[in-house]
Amino acid sequence: MSEVRRRLASWDSIIILLTVLVLVTASFGVPNFGTGRNFTFLVLDLLPILLVALPMTFIIVTGEIDLSVASTLGLTSSLMGWFWNNGLSIELIIPLCVLVGAVLGAFNGFLVTGLGLPSLAVTIGTLALYRGLAFVVLGDGAVADFPWNYTGWVTGTIGGGAVPNVLILIVALALIFGVVLHATPFGRSLFAIGANAQAAHFSGIRVARTKFWLYVVSGAVAGLVGVLWTLRYSSARADNGSGLELAVVAAVLLGGVSIFGGRGSLPGVLAGVVLLAALQNALRLQDVSGQALNIVTGALLVLSVLLPNIATSIRASWHRRRLRQAAAH
Amino acid sequence: MTAALATKAKRPVSLSGLVKTRELGIILALAALVVVTAVSNPRFLSGQSVRDILLNTAILAVMAAGQAVVVITRNIDLSVGSVLGLSAFTVATMMSANPGLPMIVAILAALAVGAVAGLVNGVLVRFGRVPALVVTLGTLYMFRGITYSWAGGQQVNADELPRHFLQFANASILGVPWLVLIAVVVVGGVSLIMRNYRVGRELYAIGSSPPAAELAGIRVARNLLGAFIVSGALAGLAGVLFAARFGTVDAAAGNGYELNVVAAVVVGGVAVFGGSGTVWGAGLGALLLTVIGSALAVLDINQFWQQAIVGALILLAICADRLVAVRIARSLRKRDSHV
Amino acid sequence: MLRTHHRLLTAATASLLVLGLAACGGTTKDSSSSNGGPAAQGGASADPNAKSKEGLKIAFLPKQLNNPYSDVETAGGKVAVGEVKGEYKLVGPNDASASSQVSYINTLIQQQQDVIVVAANDPNAVCPSLNQARQAGIKVVSFDSDASKECRDAFINQATTQGIGESLVKMANELAGGEGEIAILSATPNATNQNAWIEVMKKELAKPEYSKLKLVKTAYGNDDDQKSFQEAQGLLQSYPNLKVIVSPTTVGIAAASRYVSSSNYKGKVAITGLGLPNQMREYVKDGTVKKFALWNPADIGYLAAYAGAALASGQITGKQGEKFTAGKLGEYTIGADGEIVLGPPTEFTAQNIDQFDF
Repeated sequence: MSEVRRRLASWDSIIILLTVLVLVTASFGVPNFGTGRNFTFLVLDLLPILLVALPMTFIIVTGEIDLSVASTLGLTSSLMGWFWNNGLSIELIIPLCVLVGAVLGAFNGFLVTGLGLPSLAVTIGTLALYRGLAFVVLGDGAVADFPWNYTGWVTGTIGGGAVPNVLILIVALALIFGVVLHATPFGRSLFAIGANAQAAHFSGIRVARTKFWLYVVSGAVAGLVGVLWTLRYSSARADNGSGLELAVVAAVLLGGVSIFGGRGSLPGVLAGVVLLAALQNALRLQDVSGQALNIVTGALLVLSVLLPNIATSIRASWHRRRLRQAAAH
Repeated sequence: MTAALATKAKRPVSLSGLVKTRELGIILALAALVVVTAVSNPRFLSGQSVRDILLNTAILAVMAAGQAVVVITRNIDLSVGSVLGLSAFTVATMMSANPGLPMIVAILAALAVGAVAGLVNGVLVRFGRVPALVVTLGTLYMFRGITYSWAGGQQVNADELPRHFLQFANASILGVPWLVLIAVVVVGGVSLIMRNYRVGRELYAIGSSPPAAELAGIRVARNLLGAFIVSGALAGLAGVLFAARFGTVDAAAGNGYELNVVAAVVVGGVAVFGGSGTVWGAGLGALLLTVIGSALAVLDINQFWQQAIVGALILLAICADRLVAVRIARSLRKRDSHV
Repeated sequence: MLRTHHRLLTAATASLLVLGLAACGGTTKDSSSSNGGPAAQGGASADPNAKSKEGLKIAFLPKQLNNPYSDVETAGGKVAVGEVKGEYKLVGPNDASASSQVSYINTLIQQQQDVIVVAANDPNAVCPSLNQARQAGIKVVSFDSDASKECRDAFINQATTQGIGESLVKMANELAGGEGEIAILSATPNATNQNAWIEVMKKELAKPEYSKLKLVKTAYGNDDDQKSFQEAQGLLQSYPNLKVIVSPTTVGIAAASRYVSSSNYKGKVAITGLGLPNQMREYVKDGTVKKFALWNPADIGYLAAYAGAALASGQITGKQGEKFTAGKLGEYTIGADGEIVLGPPTEFTAQNIDQFDF
C-alpha cells in the first residue's frame, strides 16, 4: 500500500514540477506570456475545466465517471438565454441555472445509484439527451445581450489590476473541495468506495447515497460553469462547452487520479489543469494552432497511465529475478 | 405463488432467444416509424428519399460494425471519429495530388490508415494495460491533432478531387449505390464471422469474463489486437466513403462522430459491459438513428429534437439491457438452486 | 450526519458566492444598458495628410478558416498589407463560432497587433473583447459580416445590403418563372450579413410584384459543407414543390448544387445565391445552376487592409465623409456609421463565368 502511495506521490510531484517548469519557461521564452493581461486570459481559459474537474475528481475516485458535464453546461447556458429572452432578471436566472444543473445531476445519480446502471453508458446517454434538449430550447441561435456589468465582472480584474475577479471563486472552491477530499472522513470514504465498494458498504459507508450526492454536486458545478461561460463570452448557445468533458477527464487523469478509482489527489489535478491550459496559451501566442496541441494532450493522457504500469512491471520483474536468485542460493 | 415461480424456473432461459427479441424490437420500432412517417407524407418512401437515407446510414453502419466488435470484448473505441478524419483527409489529399489513381487504391489506403490507428489502440490496451477508455480518449486527441497539424487550416475542396472518385458515391449497380452495397457487405460479413466462426465465440467469451477466457486458453492478446484493428480499419473505410460522398474534406471531418457510433451500437443491443449483442443489431441501430433524423425532417418536427431522442433511446437501451441481465442472473440462480 | 453537513456546506457556500454576484433589484433584458461596456476613446480628429505608417501589424480574423470565400478575401488583404509594408497575420476558428473568435481576439491583443480586421460570427458576442482591443490602442475594422457599430472603427461592406437583397430576390423570381415556393439556405443563424440580407429579401418579397412568390423556410447550414448538404436534402424532402433554393453563402450554394446535380431534382429545382465562380463552374456548365451573383472577395480584404492602415496612421477616424485612398481601388468615402461600400454585385451566368478566376 505504501509503495502505491509512493508511486502516486511521485507522479503528482512530476506533474507539479512539469507545470512549474512550463510556466517559468513560457514566462521567459514566450513574448507576452508573463503579462498581467495574459494571466487574466489564462485564468479565464482554465476556469471551466478547473471548476468542473473538482467534482469530477471525486466521482472518478469512487470508480464512476460523469461524461455529461459539458452537456449540462450547454443546457444551462441555453436556459439562461431563454430565461433572459423571456424577461427574467439576471439575479434570478443565475441561481436558477445552478439549481437546474443540480437537478440534471440528480437524474444521473438516480440512474447510476437507484437503477444500478453503468455510469459510462448512462452519462453517454445523458450527454446526448441534455445536449439535445439544449438545442430544443435555444435552437441554433445565440443570445448575446447580457448586461455588461455582469459580463464585465467575469472578464474583469480586481481594481483593474492583474488578479481576475473569478480567481476568488476558483481559489475558494478548490480549497473547499481539497479540504473535503483530503482532510475529512467523507473524503476518505470516497477513496474507500473506489478501492472496494462492497467492503466500504460493509464497513458502514452509505455508498449509494454518497455517489448520488456526488452527481448532484457535479451537475450543480456544471450549471454554475454554464452561467460563467455564458457571461464570459457574452453568448448563450446550445453548443457551448462541446467537448469539455474530454478535456476535464484528460486533465484529471493527467493529475494522477486512477481511472479505476481509489487513488488520486486534488493538487495533482489542479496541476494537470494548469499545465494543459498554460501549454495551450503559450503555444497560441506562438501562433501554433490550438488543435495541434491535442497531440500533446492525448500523449500526456496515455502516458499518465502507461508509465506507472511500466514502472510496476519493471519492478515486478526485478522482484521475481531477486526471488529466483535467492531461491537458487 | 410458489407454483408460478416453479413454472417460471422450469422454462429454460435461452440466451439466443432473448437476443433475438432485442433485434426484433428494433425492427418493430423501425417499421412503426416508417409507417407513421409514410402515412403522413408518402414522399418518404420515394426512390430518392430511400436512397438518401441508405446513403446517410452507410457510413455510420460501417463504423458501428467495428465498434460493436470492440464493445463486445468489454472495451470501447472513442477514437473512431478522429480516425475517420485522418483517413478522409489522407485519401482526399492523395487523390487530389494523383487524380489518376483508381478507387480501389483509395479504399486500400484508407483501410491501411485505419488499421494502423487500430493497432496503436490495441497495443496500448493490451500490452500497456491501459484501460480502453483512457487509450482511445488519448488517441482521439492525438489523431485529431495530427490531422490538424497536417491540414494547417486548409481543406480539400470537391472541385479538386477527380471525377471518378466523387462519382463513386453516386454510382450504383442495379440501382443500389456502391456505398450502400459496401455497408451491407461489411455489416453482413462481420456479423457472419462473429456468429459462425471460432474467433467470434472467443471475442464474446473475452467480453463475458476476461480472466475466464484467459484460463480457458483463448489467445486474448491476439483477439483484442484484432478487434481494435478491425474497428480502426472500418473507421478508415468510413473515412474514404465520407470523402467520396461529401467531397469537401477538412481537418474537422468526423468530429463528434464517436457519440453517434456508440449510440448506434448501444441502441442496437450491444451492452457496454460486453459479451452480448450482435453486429447486425448495431447496423440496425445505425439505420434506426438515421431514419429518425429523416423522419423528423419529413414530418417537419423541429430537427433539434433528434439528439435528445438519441439520448433518450440510449438510456432506454441501457435500462432494457440491465433488465435482461438481472432476469438472466435471477433465473440462473433459481436453476442452480433446483439442482 | 457530518457528511451531509459537508455536502450542504459546500452547496451553500457555492450558492452564496454566486448570489454575491447579484445586485439588489432585478436587471432584466429591457432595463439593462447597451452591451459592450465603456466604449473606446473617440474624439481624436483625422489628419488626411498624416504619413502612412510602415511596419503595421495587421491581423485578419475571418468567420472561419477552411472557407474558400474567406481564403480569397484574406489573400486580397495579404496583397494590400504587402503594399503598405505591414506585417500580415491570419488566424481564425475552424467552426464559425463567436466564442472561438473571442479567444483569438484575446490572443491578438496579447500579441500587440496594430489593426484587427474581423468578420464577426455574432455582432454582439465579439463586442466586449473588441472593445478591450480598442482600449489597448488597436484599430478594429470589420468586413464581410459586421460587428455592433459601438465596437468597431469602420466596416467594409461588399455591396449595399439593400442592393444584395434586391438582387437575390430578382434572380429567384426569374428562375421561378414569376411564381412558386422558394426557400433560403443560409449560414449560421446569428451572422450579421446573412440576417441583414434576409431582412431585405423579406421586405422585397412583400412587394406586389413578387406576390406570387412564397418563402416557405429559412434553413441554416452553419457554413459547414456537410450540414448544408444535409439541410438541402431536408428542404427538398419537406417541400416537394420547391422551385428555387436561394443560398446567400458560398458554402451553402456549393453544397446545395452538389446535392441537386447528383439527384432526381436536377432541372426541377433551381439553385441561386452568392457563389464563387471557380466552385460553381461545373454546376453552371451542367445546367444545375443558371445564374448566381457575387463580387470580387479579394477586393474586400484589400480595401479592409488599406482602411485599417489609414486608421492606424491617423488619416481617418471612421467618421462620415472622411476620405482615404486604397491603393489600386482608388479613393473611398466613409458613409454613415463608419460603413464603406465596395461596389455593386456581379451576376454570373454560363456566358461570362469563364472570365473569372476566383
